[in-house]
Amino acid sequence: MNPGMEGTPPRILVVIPAYQEGRSIGGLVRSLRERYPYDILVVNDGATDRTSEAAREADATVLDLPCNIGIGGAVQTGFQYARDRGYDVVVRIDGDGQHEVEDIPKLLEPILENLADAVIGSRFLGETEYRGSIPRIFGIRFFRLLVNLTTGYRVTDPTSGFFAINRSLIEFYSHHYPSDYPEVDAYILMHRLKSRAVEVPVRMYARTEGKSSITTYRAVYYMVKVTLSFLINCIRRFR
Amino acid sequence: MNRVTLIAICASAGFLLYILEMVRRRKLREEYSILWLAGSVVILVLSLKQDWLVGIAHAVGIVYPPSFLFLVGILFILLILIHFSIAISKLHQMNKKMTQEIALMKASREEKAG
Repeated sequence: MNPGMEGTPPRILVVIPAYQEGRSIGGLVRSLRERYPYDILVVNDGATDRTSEAAREADATVLDLPCNIGIGGAVQTGFQYARDRGYDVVVRIDGDGQHEVEDIPKLLEPILENLADAVIGSRFLGETEYRGSIPRIFGIRFFRLLVNLTTGYRVTDPTSGFFAINRSLIEFYSHHYPSDYPEVDAYILMHRLKSRAVEVPVRMYARTEGKSSITTYRAVYYMVKVTLSFLINCIRRFR
Repeated sequence: MNRVTLIAICASAGFLLYILEMVRRRKLREEYSILWLAGSVVILVLSLKQDWLVGIAHAVGIVYPPSFLFLVGILFILLILIHFSIAISKLHQMNKKMTQEIALMKASREEKAG
Protein backbone atom coordinates (compact mmCIF):
# COMPACT_ATOMS: atom_id res chain seq x y z
CA MET A 1 0.00 0.00 0.00
CA ASN A 2 1.10 3.49 -0.67
CA PRO A 3 -1.12 5.91 1.23
CA GLY A 4 0.80 8.89 -0.09
CA MET A 5 -0.24 8.06 -3.63
CA GLU A 6 -0.14 11.12 -5.86
CA GLY A 7 -3.37 13.00 -5.97
CA THR A 8 -5.51 10.84 -3.71
CA PRO A 9 -5.39 11.67 -0.03
CA PRO A 10 -5.43 8.56 2.17
CA ARG A 11 -8.84 7.63 3.52
CA ILE A 12 -8.72 7.28 7.26
CA LEU A 13 -11.30 5.62 9.50
CA VAL A 14 -11.35 5.84 13.28
CA VAL A 15 -12.82 2.65 14.76
CA ILE A 16 -14.18 2.77 18.29
CA PRO A 17 -15.37 -0.51 19.81
CA ALA A 18 -17.93 0.27 22.47
CA TYR A 19 -19.86 -1.76 24.97
CA GLN A 20 -21.94 0.06 27.60
CA GLU A 21 -20.10 3.33 26.95
CA GLY A 22 -23.26 5.42 26.60
CA ARG A 23 -21.96 8.07 28.96
CA SER A 24 -18.53 8.65 27.41
CA ILE A 25 -18.93 7.80 23.72
CA GLY A 26 -20.73 10.99 22.70
CA GLY A 27 -18.04 13.25 24.13
CA LEU A 28 -15.29 11.18 22.53
CA VAL A 29 -16.90 11.28 19.08
CA ARG A 30 -17.44 15.04 19.36
CA SER A 31 -13.86 15.70 20.35
CA LEU A 32 -12.68 13.61 17.38
CA ARG A 33 -15.06 15.54 15.10
CA GLU A 34 -13.71 18.88 16.32
CA ARG A 35 -10.10 17.98 15.61
CA TYR A 36 -10.06 15.69 12.59
CA PRO A 37 -11.77 15.27 9.22
CA TYR A 38 -11.63 11.46 9.48
CA ASP A 39 -14.68 9.21 9.28
CA ILE A 40 -15.70 7.80 12.63
CA LEU A 41 -17.13 4.34 13.12
CA VAL A 42 -18.49 3.19 16.46
CA VAL A 43 -18.94 -0.57 16.74
CA ASN A 44 -21.59 -1.19 19.35
CA ASP A 45 -20.90 -4.66 20.72
CA GLY A 46 -24.46 -5.51 21.69
CA ALA A 47 -24.71 -2.88 24.41
CA THR A 48 -28.01 -2.52 26.25
CA ASP A 49 -27.50 1.11 27.24
CA ARG A 50 -27.51 4.27 25.11
CA THR A 51 -24.16 3.56 23.42
CA SER A 52 -25.64 3.40 19.93
CA GLU A 53 -27.94 6.44 20.30
CA ALA A 54 -25.25 8.58 21.91
CA ALA A 55 -22.81 7.75 19.10
CA ARG A 56 -25.43 8.53 16.43
CA GLU A 57 -26.35 11.81 18.10
CA ALA A 58 -22.68 12.79 17.92
CA ASP A 59 -22.82 12.02 14.19
CA ALA A 60 -20.70 8.88 14.06
CA THR A 61 -21.46 5.96 11.79
CA VAL A 62 -22.61 3.09 14.01
CA LEU A 63 -22.43 -0.64 13.50
CA ASP A 64 -24.86 -2.36 15.85
CA LEU A 65 -23.86 -5.93 16.56
CA PRO A 66 -27.05 -7.81 17.47
CA CYS A 67 -25.25 -9.66 20.26
CA ASN A 68 -22.09 -9.26 22.25
CA ILE A 69 -19.24 -11.05 20.47
CA GLY A 70 -16.28 -9.72 22.42
CA ILE A 71 -14.09 -6.72 21.85
CA GLY A 72 -11.85 -8.42 19.28
CA GLY A 73 -14.86 -9.47 17.24
CA ALA A 74 -16.23 -5.94 17.42
CA VAL A 75 -12.96 -4.38 16.29
CA GLN A 76 -12.72 -6.95 13.50
CA THR A 77 -16.15 -5.88 12.25
CA GLY A 78 -14.72 -2.37 12.04
CA PHE A 79 -11.82 -3.71 9.95
CA GLN A 80 -14.27 -5.50 7.66
CA TYR A 81 -16.22 -2.27 7.23
CA ALA A 82 -12.97 -0.44 6.39
CA ARG A 83 -11.92 -3.17 3.97
CA ASP A 84 -15.27 -3.18 2.15
CA ARG A 85 -15.21 0.59 1.77
CA GLY A 86 -11.60 0.87 0.71
CA TYR A 87 -10.10 2.78 3.64
CA ASP A 88 -6.31 3.03 3.64
CA VAL A 89 -5.76 3.41 7.36
CA VAL A 90 -7.70 2.43 10.46
CA VAL A 91 -7.08 4.05 13.82
CA ARG A 92 -8.45 2.05 16.71
CA ILE A 93 -9.20 3.89 19.92
CA ASP A 94 -11.02 2.94 23.13
CA GLY A 95 -14.52 4.24 23.69
CA ASP A 96 -14.04 5.19 27.33
CA GLY A 97 -11.72 8.17 27.06
CA GLN A 98 -8.60 6.31 28.18
CA HIS A 99 -6.70 7.21 25.04
CA GLU A 100 -5.62 10.78 24.27
CA VAL A 101 -7.35 11.91 21.10
CA GLU A 102 -4.61 14.45 20.40
CA ASP A 103 -2.04 11.67 19.99
CA ILE A 104 -3.70 10.27 16.86
CA PRO A 105 -1.40 12.16 14.43
CA LYS A 106 1.57 10.44 16.08
CA LEU A 107 0.03 7.08 15.21
CA LEU A 108 -0.72 8.11 11.65
CA GLU A 109 2.55 9.70 10.69
CA PRO A 110 4.75 6.57 10.25
CA ILE A 111 2.00 4.86 8.26
CA LEU A 112 1.37 7.81 5.98
CA GLU A 113 5.09 8.04 5.31
CA ASN A 114 5.06 4.31 4.62
CA LEU A 115 7.61 3.61 7.33
CA ALA A 116 5.36 1.16 9.18
CA ASP A 117 2.36 -1.12 8.65
CA ALA A 118 1.23 -0.81 12.24
CA VAL A 119 1.86 1.91 14.79
CA ILE A 120 1.02 1.12 18.38
CA GLY A 121 0.66 3.73 21.08
CA SER A 122 2.69 2.92 24.16
CA ARG A 123 1.99 4.42 27.56
CA PHE A 124 5.46 3.42 28.72
CA LEU A 125 7.60 5.15 26.11
CA GLY A 126 8.86 8.61 26.92
CA GLU A 127 7.53 10.48 29.92
CA THR A 128 4.77 8.55 31.55
CA GLU A 129 2.36 9.20 34.35
CA TYR A 130 0.75 5.83 33.96
CA ARG A 131 0.31 3.99 37.22
CA GLY A 132 -1.17 0.51 37.01
CA SER A 133 -1.92 -1.98 39.72
CA ILE A 134 0.81 -4.49 40.57
CA PRO A 135 -0.86 -7.49 38.88
CA ARG A 136 -1.47 -5.41 35.77
CA ILE A 137 2.15 -4.28 35.60
CA PHE A 138 3.26 -7.86 36.14
CA GLY A 139 0.98 -9.04 33.33
CA ILE A 140 2.31 -6.38 30.99
CA ARG A 141 5.91 -7.33 31.78
CA PHE A 142 5.12 -10.98 31.19
CA PHE A 143 3.54 -10.31 27.79
CA ARG A 144 6.34 -7.94 26.89
CA LEU A 145 8.81 -10.76 27.44
CA LEU A 146 6.63 -13.23 25.53
CA VAL A 147 6.31 -10.95 22.51
CA ASN A 148 9.96 -9.95 22.50
CA LEU A 149 11.18 -13.54 22.74
CA THR A 150 8.91 -15.02 20.07
CA THR A 151 8.61 -12.25 17.50
CA GLY A 152 11.63 -10.06 17.98
CA TYR A 153 9.47 -6.93 18.10
CA ARG A 154 10.79 -4.60 20.75
CA VAL A 155 7.57 -3.91 22.57
CA THR A 156 6.99 -1.85 25.69
CA ASP A 157 3.18 -1.89 25.83
CA PRO A 158 1.94 -5.21 24.43
CA THR A 159 -1.66 -4.77 25.63
CA SER A 160 -2.17 -1.33 24.12
CA GLY A 161 -5.44 -0.98 22.22
CA PHE A 162 -4.52 2.41 20.76
CA PHE A 163 -3.04 1.80 17.32
CA ALA A 164 -3.21 2.47 13.62
CA ILE A 165 -2.84 -0.06 10.80
CA ASN A 166 -2.57 0.17 7.04
CA ARG A 167 -4.41 -1.61 4.25
CA SER A 168 -2.37 -4.83 4.38
CA LEU A 169 -3.25 -5.41 8.04
CA ILE A 170 -6.86 -4.23 7.61
CA GLU A 171 -7.30 -7.02 5.08
CA PHE A 172 -5.50 -9.65 7.12
CA TYR A 173 -7.29 -8.79 10.36
CA SER A 174 -10.64 -8.88 8.56
CA HIS A 175 -10.06 -12.63 8.32
CA HIS A 176 -7.92 -13.37 11.34
CA TYR A 177 -8.42 -11.54 14.57
CA PRO A 178 -8.96 -13.02 18.03
CA SER A 179 -12.42 -12.60 19.58
CA ASP A 180 -11.22 -11.38 22.92
CA TYR A 181 -8.06 -9.78 24.28
CA PRO A 182 -6.61 -9.44 20.77
CA GLU A 183 -3.73 -7.02 21.29
CA VAL A 184 -0.99 -9.41 22.38
CA ASP A 185 -2.00 -12.00 19.80
CA ALA A 186 -1.87 -9.36 17.12
CA TYR A 187 1.90 -9.27 17.43
CA ILE A 188 2.15 -12.89 16.31
CA LEU A 189 -0.16 -12.16 13.40
CA MET A 190 1.94 -9.15 12.41
CA HIS A 191 5.08 -11.20 12.77
CA ARG A 192 3.68 -13.91 10.50
CA LEU A 193 2.78 -11.27 7.96
CA LYS A 194 6.25 -9.72 8.31
CA SER A 195 4.62 -6.40 9.10
CA ARG A 196 6.64 -3.44 10.22
CA ALA A 197 5.34 -2.53 13.66
CA VAL A 198 6.58 0.43 15.64
CA GLU A 199 5.55 1.99 18.92
CA VAL A 200 5.14 5.67 19.60
CA PRO A 201 4.64 7.30 23.00
CA VAL A 202 1.05 8.23 23.79
CA ARG A 203 -0.87 9.36 26.85
CA MET A 204 -3.38 7.10 28.50
CA TYR A 205 -5.62 7.92 31.42
CA ALA A 206 -7.48 6.06 34.09
CA ARG A 207 -10.98 5.47 32.84
CA THR A 208 -13.59 8.05 33.73
CA GLU A 209 -16.74 6.02 33.10
CA GLY A 210 -17.63 2.36 33.01
CA LYS A 211 -15.23 -0.31 34.12
CA SER A 212 -12.33 -2.17 32.59
CA SER A 213 -13.15 -5.33 30.72
CA ILE A 214 -10.41 -6.92 32.81
CA THR A 215 -11.71 -7.46 36.32
CA THR A 216 -9.73 -9.22 39.02
CA TYR A 217 -11.74 -12.40 38.51
CA ARG A 218 -10.83 -12.51 34.89
CA ALA A 219 -7.18 -11.56 35.27
CA VAL A 220 -6.02 -15.15 35.59
CA TYR A 221 -8.21 -16.27 32.72
CA TYR A 222 -6.83 -13.40 30.68
CA MET A 223 -3.24 -14.46 31.30
CA VAL A 224 -3.88 -18.10 30.51
CA LYS A 225 -6.06 -17.48 27.47
CA VAL A 226 -3.75 -14.92 25.91
CA THR A 227 -0.65 -17.02 26.51
CA LEU A 228 -2.33 -20.11 25.06
CA SER A 229 -3.71 -18.45 21.97
CA PHE A 230 -0.42 -16.64 21.48
CA LEU A 231 1.52 -19.90 21.52
CA ILE A 232 -1.06 -21.63 19.33
CA ASN A 233 -0.83 -18.81 16.82
CA CYS A 234 2.91 -19.46 16.64
CA ILE A 235 2.21 -22.91 15.19
CA ARG A 236 -0.98 -22.15 13.28
CA ARG A 237 -1.35 -21.88 9.53
CA PHE A 238 -3.05 -18.83 8.09
CA ARG A 239 -4.71 -19.32 4.76
CA MET B 1 -27.21 -66.13 31.61
CA ASN B 2 -27.03 -64.32 34.92
CA ARG B 3 -29.13 -61.35 35.95
CA VAL B 4 -26.51 -58.63 35.53
CA THR B 5 -25.76 -59.77 31.99
CA LEU B 6 -29.41 -59.62 31.10
CA ILE B 7 -29.73 -56.12 32.51
CA ALA B 8 -26.61 -54.99 30.62
CA ILE B 9 -27.93 -56.39 27.34
CA CYS B 10 -31.38 -54.84 27.80
CA ALA B 11 -29.94 -51.49 28.81
CA SER B 12 -27.47 -51.22 25.93
CA ALA B 13 -29.99 -52.53 23.38
CA GLY B 14 -32.60 -50.08 24.68
CA PHE B 15 -30.09 -47.26 24.46
CA LEU B 16 -29.19 -48.21 20.90
CA LEU B 17 -32.84 -48.25 19.88
CA TYR B 18 -33.45 -44.90 21.59
CA ILE B 19 -30.59 -43.28 19.65
CA LEU B 20 -31.83 -44.77 16.38
CA GLU B 21 -35.34 -43.53 17.07
CA MET B 22 -34.05 -40.02 17.81
CA VAL B 23 -32.17 -40.01 14.50
CA ARG B 24 -35.22 -41.34 12.67
CA ARG B 25 -37.38 -38.55 14.09
CA ARG B 26 -34.67 -36.02 13.18
CA LYS B 27 -34.24 -34.95 16.78
CA LEU B 28 -30.61 -36.01 16.59
CA ARG B 29 -28.51 -35.32 13.54
CA GLU B 30 -26.67 -38.26 11.99
CA GLU B 31 -23.23 -36.75 12.51
CA TYR B 32 -23.86 -36.41 16.24
CA SER B 33 -25.29 -39.90 16.54
CA ILE B 34 -22.30 -41.81 15.19
CA LEU B 35 -20.30 -41.82 18.41
CA TRP B 36 -23.35 -42.68 20.51
CA LEU B 37 -24.23 -45.56 18.19
CA ALA B 38 -20.68 -46.88 18.12
CA GLY B 39 -20.46 -46.69 21.91
CA SER B 40 -23.71 -48.52 22.52
CA VAL B 41 -22.87 -51.21 19.93
CA VAL B 42 -19.52 -51.88 21.59
CA ILE B 43 -21.11 -52.11 25.04
CA LEU B 44 -23.87 -54.37 23.67
CA VAL B 45 -21.39 -56.70 21.98
CA LEU B 46 -19.26 -56.93 25.11
CA SER B 47 -22.35 -57.74 27.20
CA LEU B 48 -23.41 -60.46 24.78
CA LYS B 49 -19.97 -61.97 24.33
CA GLN B 50 -18.56 -61.97 27.82
CA ASP B 51 -15.71 -64.27 26.92
CA TRP B 52 -14.53 -61.56 24.48
CA LEU B 53 -14.65 -59.06 27.29
CA VAL B 54 -12.65 -61.35 29.57
CA GLY B 55 -10.20 -62.14 26.78
CA ILE B 56 -9.54 -58.50 25.85
CA ALA B 57 -9.34 -57.44 29.49
CA HIS B 58 -6.75 -60.08 30.26
CA ALA B 59 -4.87 -59.35 27.05
CA VAL B 60 -4.40 -55.71 28.09
CA GLY B 61 -3.61 -56.74 31.67
CA ILE B 62 -6.89 -55.90 33.42
CA VAL B 63 -7.61 -58.44 36.14
CA TYR B 64 -11.25 -57.56 36.75
CA PRO B 65 -13.06 -57.67 33.35
CA PRO B 66 -15.99 -55.34 34.20
CA SER B 67 -13.53 -52.51 34.81
CA PHE B 68 -12.57 -52.82 31.14
CA LEU B 69 -16.21 -52.10 30.37
CA PHE B 70 -16.00 -48.94 32.48
CA LEU B 71 -12.86 -47.94 30.64
CA VAL B 72 -14.57 -48.33 27.27
CA GLY B 73 -17.57 -46.38 28.50
CA ILE B 74 -15.44 -43.53 29.86
CA LEU B 75 -13.40 -43.34 26.67
CA PHE B 76 -16.53 -43.01 24.58
CA ILE B 77 -17.88 -40.29 26.87
CA LEU B 78 -14.58 -38.41 26.55
CA LEU B 79 -14.69 -38.69 22.78
CA ILE B 80 -18.25 -37.46 22.68
CA LEU B 81 -17.41 -34.50 24.92
CA ILE B 82 -14.48 -33.49 22.74
CA HIS B 83 -16.74 -33.80 19.73
CA PHE B 84 -19.18 -31.42 21.45
CA SER B 85 -16.45 -28.90 22.25
CA ILE B 86 -15.46 -28.89 18.60
CA ALA B 87 -19.07 -28.51 17.52
CA ILE B 88 -19.58 -25.62 19.95
CA SER B 89 -16.44 -23.90 18.69
CA LYS B 90 -17.71 -24.19 15.16
CA LEU B 91 -21.10 -22.77 16.14
CA HIS B 92 -19.37 -19.97 18.03
CA GLN B 93 -17.39 -19.05 14.93
CA MET B 94 -20.47 -19.16 12.73
CA ASN B 95 -22.38 -17.07 15.23
CA LYS B 96 -19.65 -14.44 15.28
CA LYS B 97 -19.53 -14.29 11.49
CA MET B 98 -23.27 -13.90 11.20
CA THR B 99 -23.38 -11.24 13.89
CA GLN B 100 -20.72 -9.27 12.03
CA GLU B 101 -22.45 -9.76 8.72
CA ILE B 102 -25.78 -8.56 10.11
CA ALA B 103 -24.19 -5.42 11.56
CA LEU B 104 -22.46 -4.65 8.26
CA MET B 105 -25.67 -5.23 6.31
CA LYS B 106 -27.67 -3.00 8.61
CA ALA B 107 -25.10 -0.25 8.11
CA SER B 108 -25.24 -0.49 4.31
CA ARG B 109 -29.01 -0.42 4.42
CA GLU B 110 -29.02 2.70 6.61
CA GLU B 111 -26.55 4.30 4.23
CA LYS B 112 -28.80 3.64 1.26
CA ALA B 113 -31.82 4.95 3.12
CA GLY B 114 -29.78 8.10 3.64
